Amino acid sequence: MKIVESWLREWVDPDLDSNALEQQLTMLGLEVDGVDKEGAGLDGVTVAEVLEVGKHPDADRLSVCKVSAGSEQTIDVVCGAPNVTAGMKSPLAVPGITLPNGIKLRKSKIRGVASNGMLCSAVELGLGEEADGILALPDDAPAGMPLTEYLGLPDTVFDLDLTPNRGDCFSVLGVARDISALTGSPLKSPDIAPVAASIEDTLPVEIPLPAGCPSFAGRLIRNIDPTARSPLWLVERLRRSGLRGISPVVDITNFVMLELGQPLHAYDAARVQGAIRPRLARQGEKVTLLDEKQVAVNDDTLVIADDSGAIGLAGIMGGLSTAVSDATTDVFFEAAFWPQAFMAGRARAYGMHTDASLRFERGVDFEGQGRAVERATELLLEIAGGDAGPLVHHVAESHLPQRAPISLRRSRVVQLLGLEVGDDVITGILERLGLTVAANEAGWEVVAPSYRFDITAEVDLIEEIVRIHGYDAVPETTEIAASPLRTVTESVVDLDRVAATLVARDFEEAITYSFIDEHSNAPFVANGSDLVLSNPISSEMSVMRASLLPGLASSAAANTARQQERVRLFEIGKSFHGSLAAPEEVVRIAAIACGSAMPEQWGTRAQAIDFFDIKSDLMALLALAEEPSDIVFQSLEHPALQPGQSAAVMRDGHKIGVIGKLHPRVAKSLELKRDAFVFELDALQALASTAPVARPVSRFPVIRRDIAVIVKEDVSGDELVQAVAAAAPDLTRDVRIFDIYTGPGIEAGLKSVAISLILQETSRTLTDDDADAAQAAAVQKLRDTFGAELRD
Amino acid sequence: MQALSELVEAAASEIDAAGDLAALDAVRVSYLGKKGELTVRLKSLSQLPAEERPAAGQEINRAKQEVMGRINARREALESAALEERLAKDAVDVTLPGRGYSIGGRHPVSRAMSRIERIFQNAGFGVRSGPEIEDDFHNFTALNIPEHHPARAMHDTFYFPGGKLLRTHTSPVQIRSMVKEGAPIRIIAPGRVYRCDSDQTHTPMFHQVEGLVVDRGISFANLKAVLHQFVEAYFERRAELRFRPSYFPFTEPSAEVDVLWEEGKWLEILGCGMVHPNVLEAAGVDPEEFTGYAFGMGIERLAMLRYGVTDLRTFFENDLRFLRQFR
Repeated sequence: MKIVESWLREWVDPDLDSNALEQQLTMLGLEVDGVDKEGAGLDGVTVAEVLEVGKHPDADRLSVCKVSAGSEQTIDVVCGAPNVTAGMKSPLAVPGITLPNGIKLRKSKIRGVASNGMLCSAVELGLGEEADGILALPDDAPAGMPLTEYLGLPDTVFDLDLTPNRGDCFSVLGVARDISALTGSPLKSPDIAPVAASIEDTLPVEIPLPAGCPSFAGRLIRNIDPTARSPLWLVERLRRSGLRGISPVVDITNFVMLELGQPLHAYDAARVQGAIRPRLARQGEKVTLLDEKQVAVNDDTLVIADDSGAIGLAGIMGGLSTAVSDATTDVFFEAAFWPQAFMAGRARAYGMHTDASLRFERGVDFEGQGRAVERATELLLEIAGGDAGPLVHHVAESHLPQRAPISLRRSRVVQLLGLEVGDDVITGILERLGLTVAANEAGWEVVAPSYRFDITAEVDLIEEIVRIHGYDAVPETTEIAASPLRTVTESVVDLDRVAATLVARDFEEAITYSFIDEHSNAPFVANGSDLVLSNPISSEMSVMRASLLPGLASSAAANTARQQERVRLFEIGKSFHGSLAAPEEVVRIAAIACGSAMPEQWGTRAQAIDFFDIKSDLMALLALAEEPSDIVFQSLEHPALQPGQSAAVMRDGHKIGVIGKLHPRVAKSLELKRDAFVFELDALQALASTAPVARPVSRFPVIRRDIAVIVKEDVSGDELVQAVAAAAPDLTRDVRIFDIYTGPGIEAGLKSVAISLILQETSRTLTDDDADAAQAAAVQKLRDTFGAELRD
Repeated sequence: MQALSELVEAAASEIDAAGDLAALDAVRVSYLGKKGELTVRLKSLSQLPAEERPAAGQEINRAKQEVMGRINARREALESAALEERLAKDAVDVTLPGRGYSIGGRHPVSRAMSRIERIFQNAGFGVRSGPEIEDDFHNFTALNIPEHHPARAMHDTFYFPGGKLLRTHTSPVQIRSMVKEGAPIRIIAPGRVYRCDSDQTHTPMFHQVEGLVVDRGISFANLKAVLHQFVEAYFERRAELRFRPSYFPFTEPSAEVDVLWEEGKWLEILGCGMVHPNVLEAAGVDPEEFTGYAFGMGIERLAMLRYGVTDLRTFFENDLRFLRQFR
């Protein structure tokens, strides 16, 4: 909402300069989002009278003019505007000044004729976006007067970012009321006197649904001058407010709306057929609006109808069939109160948003219809003449919004604000805001005015009090809170520790979008996702991710495209599963790594990352949880992972995640041109933990025995280790595979595996015999289970 | 027979001449070994008359001691020289980089979030979370935003077919937590939120932290205090704050908070207010007995101010060159 300072000051004129006014508006909750200075840089431009217009000897399109800027001396000016005529008043810029559009004026000769100034267009003066010639000033504009003085410039325009509760501030009047309440400077309402009717004529109005139109004011004005033009002051007001001048009738409706907050509609009375009748639309009923678009209306929407059918959408936009035009001589002004219940969401349902719908949705003063029509009538008669009929005003009191008295407790004010506010301050603020205040025992009974739709409860009154009194007046008081000590659990590993572990292992944390494209998500959902947005930003961001991996892989691809050779990223975030009826959100930890295992360096041979690098990162995370020894890796077929290099991570028999090499097909579709290894874990399941329980540390030495066996190639490392560990469980502390060999000397299909047993007793020193027996048991177990042969 | 002193002298020069431990050992054997010259002399004492033996013995022993001493001294010298030589050979170029990898880093948004959590946890706030796929009731209705309320238009909501939506703010966690835990309650709720808006200053996903305190006697003055303390704790400096009236359907009175930044500019950093009685009621808390305050802030905004990030969108591009600036 643009508020023009000069206009505002006609309604309230506090002793504040523009900057202070801006501050105060913001501190009232009417946030100033931008400030425009209108008419800056016009010093030296004066009102001039064109005395003579003659032809330029050498150019058909140019005129040579003699103009007067108030003094005896005339000035010769060459002018190219088609509309320059003798006797007109227009702004004159003289050599030496720079106009707002950057043109620096100097004395010059134009095609041989001296020109000592320039008659200016609105565009050149920064007073308009288009111009068809020089700016024609009213005939009574005094020649010689500085243009700024004549136009009331410079002027400031505050662009207010109004909150939806303050519908009453979508007008100069509304903002003036708040400023008046704040500063105590009186509200100066310009006289809006009823205009006496000079004719009896009116258009018939019928209100079949008073609940939808509890107040309807209208007036017929006949015989206006269709050639009348809006005066400069009116066009300027509108322009500074961000609206373009169109015709006197339209400009007046806009002016009154901006000034009083009451949207008006003007009909060409000659084109209305029969009575004007606001009613609910019939489902699908069609109406062509002022913007020439046809709308099929829903039956929850109010239309204005006449005998021809719907001729406009109530409170949103008028219709084309009854619109005023250049030929209109009979005008019918309408100012109605359309209740919020009939306006909420309606404009949006048709993809519309108008100045009128904006105001009606937020609430318009239900006592302001008559005043608005009077104001419009007065202006129209002044500008375009005509004969006014009587004001017609239909009011259905019982359907107007009710303003119930609200109890305001003195004690509650102090309690909610933490600030003592004096009784006289409270009543003063509320009364200045136009509320009716009556004292009672506990405080007051307060009634909100017809233009405030946001004051319905005690707390709303308290808000008004502190808003006007100033938030700065409220002290800062630290609350005293009961703050019992809380458990710091060890039943789950803190995600911050997970992040720290991955960071320590050279991963950068990424944050990727929760919605991805359907194709990338597909490998992670069995039968397509149910969780698809109705109104996504784009199809690339339309499906809730079932995995963090596509996002990470895309990020890795983008980084490799930016010449990053080695990319290691992780993310902690939610994945989304299940149906729309019962969506499930799972916190996951995912990582991707591609490029070399180590950064390039002098002391380590460059080696591409492989499965066992990422597995070690994963194991480090699982090691954060107590007792991770029941972790099993099971070969896995997964559409996103390369077969033979991927596994399900099992904990206690439950799948807690996956690990593997990103399937080359998936990588390619994400434009990731490098082998990538990934893992993804369900955080809650992977990180469930317990407090550690300490075991005594053995004081006795360990004995190591190594076994080398030849087994079939498909025997897994896990199987071998478990078999060996089970052979002499009491003595075996650890079993490690320390070498695996295939190649010359080993038959195809077999492999040689070297396993070490770490043996120890907690109560005595082991003897060689003990160790021999354990080793023999292990070998026997391997023979029995896998047909292993001992290798010499 | 050679004089003992000459013998010692000869030994001394041989010891000095020994260039390594092996040569030195050969010298030792030739004088002190089983058949060494001094050993032989000691053995031949028995051939002397008994009364001469003690003196002669003493003399030989003295010579032996001296030779032994010289050998030991020489050994030490040789050993230390050998050690130094070996160490010199082992010298490395200490300026070369260390082996292995360095560390990664946390995302600046997580980093900011984590600090914010710690600041509030230190003051006894619990940390809560809630679903990101929300229903209309928790995201709007319970927060005093009925259907068709103009405030809904400000939210640019992502919808799913059938009415579920992506939460537009972390405020639904207020409702869920109050319903579950009742009052008094003192929590923050950080997390992802979503708005259907994407341009230079908006990303369709971002992060917020919600704060909620409901107790007996909580006032606007308490809210002002906690937020002032928070801003100073977060920025690690004195800060001037400006509370100005605003509007959120779920708080009344409502305020937007600006912090005085460089060049005297006020920067908006968060929204807050006293919990609206309708919200307390929707969550089953008696608004006569309890009052409360709530606040919500954008974490990206706070991270940008703290870490000098100028373009919001960089947070979600995950460019390593950007991320590596945060350790």
